[in-house]
Amino acid sequence: MEKILRVEKIEKYYGNKSSLTKAIHSISFEVEKGEFVAIMGASGSGKTTLLNVISTIDRVTSGHIYVGNIDITKLRGNDLNKFRREELGFIFQDFNLLDTLTAYENIALSLSIQNVKEKEIARRIKEVAHHLDIQDVLDKYPYQMSGGQKQRVASARAIITRPKLVLADEPTGALDSRAARLLLERFNALNQDLDTTILMVTHDAFTASYASRVLFIKDGEVFNEIHKGESSRKEFFDQIIEVVTLLGGDLNDTL
Amino acid sequence: MTLFKLSIQNIKKSFKDYAIYFFTLILGVAIFYVFNALDSQTVMMNVSSNTKEIIKLMTNILAGVSVFVSFILGFLIIYASSFLIKRRKKEFGIYLTLGMSKRKIAGILFLETVCIGILSLGIGLILGIFLSQFMSVLVANMFEADLTKFTFVFSSTACIKTMLYFGIMYVLVMIFNTINISKCKLIDLLHANKKTEKMKLKNPMLCMFLFFLSSFILGYAYYKVTGGLEQMQEVTEIFVPILLGVLSTFFLFWSLAGLLLKMAKKKKKTYYKGLNSFILKQVSSKINTTVFSMTVICLMLFITICVLSSALSIKNSMTSHLKTFSPIDVEITKPLDLTEKRVNDSWQYKEEMIEDSKISIRESLHKMDFDVDTYFTDIVSFHTYQIDSILLKDTIGTYYEEAKEKYPYLRYESKEEFIKVSDYNQVARLLGLEEISLKENEYVIVANYDGWIPIRNEGLKKGTPVTLLNRTYYPKNTECIDGFIEISNNAINMGLFVVPDDAVNETIRAKEYLLGNYKKQTEEGKKKIEALFLNIEKHPYAKEASIEVTTKIYLYEASVGLGAMVTFIGLYLGIIFLMSSAAILALKELSESSDNKERYSMLRKIGADEKLIEKALFRQIAIFFLFPLLLAMIHSIFGILFCNSILETFGNEKLLESILMTAFFLILLYGGYFILTYLCSKNIIREK
Repeated sequence: MEKILRVEKIEKYYGNKSSLTKAIHSISFEVEKGEFVAIMGASGSGKTTLLNVISTIDRVTSGHIYVGNIDITKLRGNDLNKFRREELGFIFQDFNLLDTLTAYENIALSLSIQNVKEKEIARRIKEVAHHLDIQDVLDKYPYQMSGGQKQRVASARAIITRPKLVLADEPTGALDSRAARLLLERFNALNQDLDTTILMVTHDAFTASYASRVLFIKDGEVFNEIHKGESSRKEFFDQIIEVVTLLGGDLNDTL
Repeated sequence: MTLFKLSIQNIKKSFKDYAIYFFTLILGVAIFYVFNALDSQTVMMNVSSNTKEIIKLMTNILAGVSVFVSFILGFLIIYASSFLIKRRKKEFGIYLTLGMSKRKIAGILFLETVCIGILSLGIGLILGIFLSQFMSVLVANMFEADLTKFTFVFSSTACIKTMLYFGIMYVLVMIFNTINISKCKLIDLLHANKKTEKMKLKNPMLCMFLFFLSSFILGYAYYKVTGGLEQMQEVTEIFVPILLGVLSTFFLFWSLAGLLLKMAKKKKKTYYKGLNSFILKQVSSKINTTVFSMTVICLMLFITICVLSSALSIKNSMTSHLKTFSPIDVEITKPLDLTEKRVNDSWQYKEEMIEDSKISIRESLHKMDFDVDTYFTDIVSFHTYQIDSILLKDTIGTYYEEAKEKYPYLRYESKEEFIKVSDYNQVARLLGLEEISLKENEYVIVANYDGWIPIRNEGLKKGTPVTLLNRTYYPKNTECIDGFIEISNNAINMGLFVVPDDAVNETIRAKEYLLGNYKKQTEEGKKKIEALFLNIEKHPYAKEASIEVTTKIYLYEASVGLGAMVTFIGLYLGIIFLMSSAAILALKELSESSDNKERYSMLRKIGADEKLIEKALFRQIAIFFLFPLLLAMIHSIFGILFCNSILETFGNEKLLESILMTAFFLILLYGGYFILTYLCSKNIIREK
């Protein structure tokens, strides 16, 4: 299998010498093409920092991150923007849709800044809208949509550029359970039908149970890792809960 | 002390927001000082008493204008500060939740205003004093005084006046701020930042309809003030096209906000290119909420352009006419044969004056111990004639009824003036005009005032006869002949009848003219003679002689002075208006930028280049600055045309030059604000 993401012994420190905070303390893992990986951890475990350095929003203190064959820790300036634009797709907890644009325009924007032709944009949006079941809301403005619809539009925007890797930061965080389930089912469909590689950060066991693999992070290190394998989602959920119980602490609160 | 510290820190922290505000204040103070210090700039100059009088008048008018200006600046400052408060609502909300009282918050604002006030006054005054030194050069240039040695001028009165006026403005700002804060509710303060913009789409059909309607009305208003100007009966009618213009400007912006987006969306290829869709939505969403201020700014720009270019063109043409219309040094006139009868005209003539009106100018001057032939050369002296039975309404003949409809403001009861053809030709030779030959029953009208020539021509075309001393004369031509007999700085001869020599006699003589040159070639020598000549005023006989003197030097100084005065007032108002409108736009744009910070960071997250984002920001701001300017420029074309036809007497040469000067000021101030806004906005949206 092709390796989409390779994280090698990365470390991330905040602050100066007098007061040093270790957000990430040596993390290494790999994600293969077509995988749907969830990263779980309590607040302060370093999971958001991990996502930030992978998404090039933040820089690592040491170590390397490879997306495809590119070492993204070495990228600077416009190369970084180009990389972010072409190889990554983002889904945020608070959707981050532009409120002045319609759903269609929001999705189109990520293509138009890559100078994709208008006809191609229209074709691709039609295709993606079908996959995410948002055909009906394309002409609506964000304030006219429900949270679930907004997040699916945001997802469409993330995958329309056909990125190597889709990064999702607590995608269900602002959704009720029904909308969350709908969204995650769509993620699964994208993952299976389009072979989209997804890396998702969450602290919610239910959300994580939709992934094919879950990484647990504690105190800036990988604490555990479980594969879904052939087990059902329900069984996988129970497995996750076991680990969470083991982990203890804050994560318990989310159950 | 802690309050003070907090205020200082707030200012430092929000300097990005304050930069434009601060800049505007400094500029306002500086301009205010410069124009109020103008008189002290002229004190050192070596100018004639005549010019000194004009400068005094100018200073008084500028002082009056300053009151008006201080109102504008006051509104601007209050507007700007309430704007900044709006931006800081969240901060105040946090203070309130921390248990700070509203009075304390008002205290913080008070201290901030004091700090900013003192700083801006200080820097503004220093800048103003510095700028006013450059102004001296301009003033000297305007009044054509030689600035042989540079002296540093500081006007303490202007300085104190500036401090007083701005002090009052700042106090008002404090009062407004306090009211503003005390009215706020905590819940609103805390949630001030959380507002989701709703994209209200306007009905495109309605937009279309309004767009065409307002364009049509605007076109009608344009026509009214230019081509249709002659149909206007009364001065008050001018308000109709003005009101129409204002309304249609508003609706044009309103409808354009909706239409523009609609049209852009049709062009899918452009719309879905780069950040175009984003920029357009930004602009149209804002136009929706700022139609009113766009209108105000557009109109202010319009006034600025018209005031500046008209004022500058008046100054330019004022002096340029002098050579043509005042080719000789001196003109003396005197009414002849005043009688008791004229007492009816509510003018009481004294016995001595009636006595004096029986003798010639030469003799009158002799009585004042001034010998004409010693000092004057090229002397031409002649009489003009009037009779009670020939009035304006008679000489335009059957056109009278029509003219009364068209030009109700003309004085149709005024007496016409006649001159012998031989006298006129004498004058024409002296003034370098065309000579006239007449048959025994012919007359011609000599005129050069554009407003009157068409009226006169109507009468001439109809062959209106004029009966003088029992003989009837007919027009030789169908049009007036260009010419004049009185020197002036403009073409203002409304019409003079040239008739054969035997058509008039001394029983109906009305006025004596004496034209001539000074018997010296140099400027210096002429000035000396003039000073000597004008000294006759002090002679005891001067009270009895109703002699009127017009000299070339006087005309020149008057037009230079008047031109300079108009220019300075125009500059003052123009600059203040320009600054105000640019500042309002800049503040609006800046506050939008901070509101839009999140949007831009979103763009960054989906991978838009920094360059692309900066380009988007630049375009967005540029559209906002250009939009009102563009419409204002179209307005101005007609506005300037209108000003020109109103100020026709002043002539409109060098219009291009003054428009270029206006463009220079526009680019300097408006462009400066634009660049500053862009830089500040870029700073605001930049990720830390």
